[in-house]
Amino acid sequence: MAGYKPVAIQTYPILGEKITQDTLYWNNYKPPYNYAVTASSRIHIYGRYSQEPIKTFSRFKDTAYCATYRQDGRLLVAGSEDGGVQLFDITGRAPLRQFEGHTKAVHTVDFTADKYHVVSGADDYTVKLWDIPNSKEILTFKEHSDYVRCGCASRLNPDLFVTGSYDHTVKMFDTRTNKSVVSVEHGQPVESVLLFPSGGLLVSAGGRYVKVWDMLKGGQLLVSLKNHHKTVTCLCLSSSGQRLLSGSLDRKVKVYSTTSYKVVHSFDYAASILSLALAHEDETIVVGMTNGILSVKHRKSEAKKDSLPRRRRPAYRTFIKGKNYIRQKDDILINRPSKKHLELYDRDLKNFRISKALDRVLEPSCTIKTPEVTVSIIKELSRRGVLANALAGRDEKEISRVLNFLIRNLSQPRFASVLINAAEIVIDIYLPVIGQSPVVDKKFLLLQGLVEKEIDYQKELLETMGMMGMLFATMTRKESTPASDGLLENKRIEF
Amino acid sequence: MEAAAARVVRCGGSELSLRRAVFSADSRYLLCVSGDFVKVYSTATEECVHVLQGHRDLVTGIQLNPNNHLQLYSCSFDGTIKLWDYLDGILIKTFTVGHKLHALFTHARAEDSVFVTINKEKPDVFQLVSVPLPRTPRQDAEAGEPRLVLDCISPSPKCVAFGGQGDYVAAVRDFYLSVYFFRKKATSRFTLSSSENRKHAKNNFTCVACHPKEDCIATGHKDGKIRLWRGFDDERKYTYTCLHWHHDLVMDLAFSATGSSLLSGGRESVLVEWRDAAEKTKEFLPRLGATIEHIAVAPAGDLLCTSHADNKIIVIGRNLEACAVIQGLVRDSSVLTGLMVDPRTKALVLNGKPGHLQFYSLQSDKQLYNLDIVQQEYINDCGLVQIELTKAAFGCFGAWLATVEQRQEKEGELELQMKLWAYNKKTQGFLLNTKVSAPHEDRVTALCFRSADKSDVPTLVTASRDGRFKVWVLADDSDIYRKAEGWTCDFVGSYHKYQATNCCFSEDGSLLAVSFEETVTIWESDTWELRCTFCQRAGRVRHLCFGRLTCSKYLLGATESGTLCCWNLLSCALEWSTKLGVSVMEPDPRSEHVAAVARSSGGSDLFVFKPSEPRPLYVQRSICSEEVRWGVFVPRDVPEALASEALQWLNRSQFYFLTASQSLLTFSSKSPEEKLTPTSKQLLAEESLPATPFYFLLGRHRQQRGEQADGAADGERVQLPTTEGVPAVSELLHTPAHVLPSAAFLCSLFINSLLLATEAPSAEETPEDAEMEEEGERDSSEEEDAAPEQAQQAGLPDGGDGGDEAEALQQQLSKCAEKELRKLRRVDYSWVAVP
Repeated sequence: MAGYKPVAIQTYPILGEKITQDTLYWNNYKPPYNYAVTASSRIHIYGRYSQEPIKTFSRFKDTAYCATYRQDGRLLVAGSEDGGVQLFDITGRAPLRQFEGHTKAVHTVDFTADKYHVVSGADDYTVKLWDIPNSKEILTFKEHSDYVRCGCASRLNPDLFVTGSYDHTVKMFDTRTNKSVVSVEHGQPVESVLLFPSGGLLVSAGGRYVKVWDMLKGGQLLVSLKNHHKTVTCLCLSSSGQRLLSGSLDRKVKVYSTTSYKVVHSFDYAASILSLALAHEDETIVVGMTNGILSVKHRKSEAKKDSLPRRRRPAYRTFIKGKNYIRQKDDILINRPSKKHLELYDRDLKNFRISKALDRVLEPSCTIKTPEVTVSIIKELSRRGVLANALAGRDEKEISRVLNFLIRNLSQPRFASVLINAAEIVIDIYLPVIGQSPVVDKKFLLLQGLVEKEIDYQKELLETMGMMGMLFATMTRKESTPASDGLLENKRIEF
Repeated sequence: MEAAAARVVRCGGSELSLRRAVFSADSRYLLCVSGDFVKVYSTATEECVHVLQGHRDLVTGIQLNPNNHLQLYSCSFDGTIKLWDYLDGILIKTFTVGHKLHALFTHARAEDSVFVTINKEKPDVFQLVSVPLPRTPRQDAEAGEPRLVLDCISPSPKCVAFGGQGDYVAAVRDFYLSVYFFRKKATSRFTLSSSENRKHAKNNFTCVACHPKEDCIATGHKDGKIRLWRGFDDERKYTYTCLHWHHDLVMDLAFSATGSSLLSGGRESVLVEWRDAAEKTKEFLPRLGATIEHIAVAPAGDLLCTSHADNKIIVIGRNLEACAVIQGLVRDSSVLTGLMVDPRTKALVLNGKPGHLQFYSLQSDKQLYNLDIVQQEYINDCGLVQIELTKAAFGCFGAWLATVEQRQEKEGELELQMKLWAYNKKTQGFLLNTKVSAPHEDRVTALCFRSADKSDVPTLVTASRDGRFKVWVLADDSDIYRKAEGWTCDFVGSYHKYQATNCCFSEDGSLLAVSFEETVTIWESDTWELRCTFCQRAGRVRHLCFGRLTCSKYLLGATESGTLCCWNLLSCALEWSTKLGVSVMEPDPRSEHVAAVARSSGGSDLFVFKPSEPRPLYVQRSICSEEVRWGVFVPRDVPEALASEALQWLNRSQFYFLTASQSLLTFSSKSPEEKLTPTSKQLLAEESLPATPFYFLLGRHRQQRGEQADGAADGERVQLPTTEGVPAVSELLHTPAHVLPSAAFLCSLFINSLLLATEAPSAEETPEDAEMEEEGERDSSEEEDAAPEQAQQAGLPDGGDGGDEAEALQQQLSKCAEKELRKLRRVDYSWVAVP
């Protein structure tokens, strides 16, 4: 007939964050290594694994901004407070090229897709395009009416790049036309812009908003995200392009899914975040903060657990044996039900070994990790009416194990109703032998103290509830109309 | 009114496990008592092949005729013993004894007499007597004078057993075992100590069985022991051995046909087989679902069966493998959920096995399936507080099922759980969607879905004794990883902290009525605002329902102190009220009628009324002698046209009700119909073919030939046209005369429709034909449809004048009618063929 039905383990809704694939992926970073950057007019280059700078460029007269690698990683360009743009070879020390032309601080520089030009935006409201081979200025765009603080070149088209400015606009320029081709209104001073690898989508950040624009539709707003409660300062795409990261002054980095634009994960940092970068394959996340600290997190590598010698399993063909047999016309099909796997405690319960089942779930490995399993088994035993039998006849070590579990979980509201019943039974059974073992006596006293504390706590709560009830009563009297008296009261009480 | 009164009929669900079932000699059929009938089941297909009807009271015993194994004796409380031919379902003879018969025994030695248990003088003194049956050719005969065999026995047939060779009969009662030897004509009595000390306190005998070959008697005891008695022909030299596995009383014992093993069962619902009657070698068949009441063994020795407390018989093979289950309506001690109708299968739904909902087909008197709600291992032990399924409701045209289960061990410790089940089209069953633990702080008193369109959000309302009602809605719970939906609480309402006792949605779902003890509150279902309140100060409201269709502006309420009130929702005033102690009030979903059952001194009375009129449409006094607990209207598949004015309310739905003693009754205006359909007869014929390996080779050819033959026979059969079923005729008779066209025009139409049967031989198919044949019919009818059409098209251009045109029109009309008729017939028959 019907098989044995395993004990239903009561599951409780997990409050707070849901565990999803994304939280697991982004949580997989090692604890951060924090250290300070000493000089503001220097560029330090850190190795992938060592925490020491392996190279330093210090040829700046003033603060350096926005060091950017070329796509092939051989050249580095950076702007500076004094309006200069300097190009470095990674192997060398002295600047390879110096582009002079901006009159104010250059906050953004980038290489174009053809690798031979540099785009820079400065506080003098201009955007300039430079040629690397002969270090000359090719074009100047003067369309912005405020500081240009961010920019990004297209990865596909060497002629396209976008810049964001404090005049609330993001403009896309085409070097072939000498003027902007698309301009979108962000609504706040734009702090950061980002082009998707495909070049079709543009992300801009300014104020508390992150906005995504469809450039192929001529700059139509696709979605506006408001997940930070302070200005968003930086944006970054994950290497797969599936996730978008945004850092903000509210000390959070949020990870969005680029299909649904919903927040899938969030990092907390100690200070307001100014800049953010992700390494290749999301191996490292680096965050710069206002307190001068640079936070670097390395992600733990996955699936390295195969090193343990494993028991030899049956070959693959054992499992697929007969699986792809095609049924002939005259065959009689006999279905054999698949074997159901039962937990160890279920096997004990099936055979009515109640004490053994209880022993199993009182093992520390079970009580600490999954207390709900232990509670469910205790509940099942009480449903079967054999809880007293299962708890009786235990020695000092075993009973102290039961008491430990009770002390740890008795005050949890989700377990309380079951465990209070169990505690009563334990006290009833072991009252005659009290005083024989100091260990158990101590546990009982601890339990007593716990219960007393809980009672005091409940009393306080009731008092508070009473006070609140009085407050609500006075409030409803002021507002209520005679017809809907009952209803209003309910709405308040149920909050 | 008296002439038109509907008969109250019992519609199945009688107890199958009252007595031991009996196998036929070839183990192909299983016979069991079922109320006033004896049912013959096929052990291979679990189908009921015959119902032996004839007794006028409960059948209390059945035994095969030891001289002719194709005949069956049955005895009943009506004082008769009947002899049946169970293969053909024919009553052969009736013997009148004159006493109430409690049990029946036969054995081969006593050729022309049977043994019955009667009580003669005092109500609790039972005697085993032998009754000689005269050999007369007449159908009805007076049985001979009964001869006393044993006095002071237990009325249960389990406590009497005949020895294998018929030398002795053993009977047990309380603490003694008495054995009567037919040859010596003497009784030996063995008594067990019944002292008050704990060890022997439960020594009572519960059942007895005799070894078929040796002189050995097995007895079961209340403490779970089984004793095997030997050497009992001497009162001093007897010995017994003890077998102990059961921890509760032994319900029944049986020896296998050869006597090599002993079978026992009890409350643990585990069948134990003791091989060679030894303690060491036992086999188990666990988890049979409910207490084993009886064990029966086939005389051929290849099968055995166990009857269970939940109205179930399990047929078990020799290697302890269940091979068939015959399940009747499970009779739970308390039907807490009430009666419901599953909108999809039209099955009756109520509490079944503990923690299960049973879906019971009313047409075939068979359980369709059990839905496990509690999903926990059932421990069958007395004194245990089990999880009870207390409330259930279907919603959204059967797409959702809500259930509430509770367990209360001590006062104040209530475990409540609400589960919401979604209907899965792929698996054709309900899947658990949402589990809400502790939806309320106290017991849930009512549960109802909003009956609304498919576009609306499914909404459920629960009312509880904690003074609140909660509104639950289906919410989207999906994120970027998966799509999901679940139920969440949308609104909590209360009214002055009174206990909420009932809730009910109006037909269109716009209003919600919730009763709080004496007060009824009406809430807007869009905004959950309190609209108005009704209070009659006439006790707590027990039943609440809205009127339907044209009466949807009325709200009905029945209170505990015996007042039935009807409020008008438009004027917010009491329309009418009457004194009526309503115990069941059910609205018909297909019409405006409301049925109310009230308790009176002579039993229960039925009142059918419309909310718009305070005067009842139909009253039937004393529909049954006991209290009616639950009632439900089951919509008919095809509306029935009942001639009587008073029975109009039974046209669209049928009213079923359940009494306190768990019998399911209904109203019928017809004489009891023949239950046995030709399909099961056919089944019987096919079954006579032995299932040898050759069957698989040859059987198929034979079947095919048979089908061809059947088809040929159908073609030859000629049936007279019946006027009732023809829609053209009924239309003619039911249309008002002033809208009908002239008689000259109708005449030919009318004649044509009558001639139809001879034109189209396919139309005379009987509804019981198998599906295959129906396919054939469809094909042939389609061909015929095409043929006249061609003819007509050819004929049309020929006719030039108006007269011909009119004729053509007529022809066309009759053809339309013909088509419609065929369509209608197909619709009608499909439901017969599908189950």
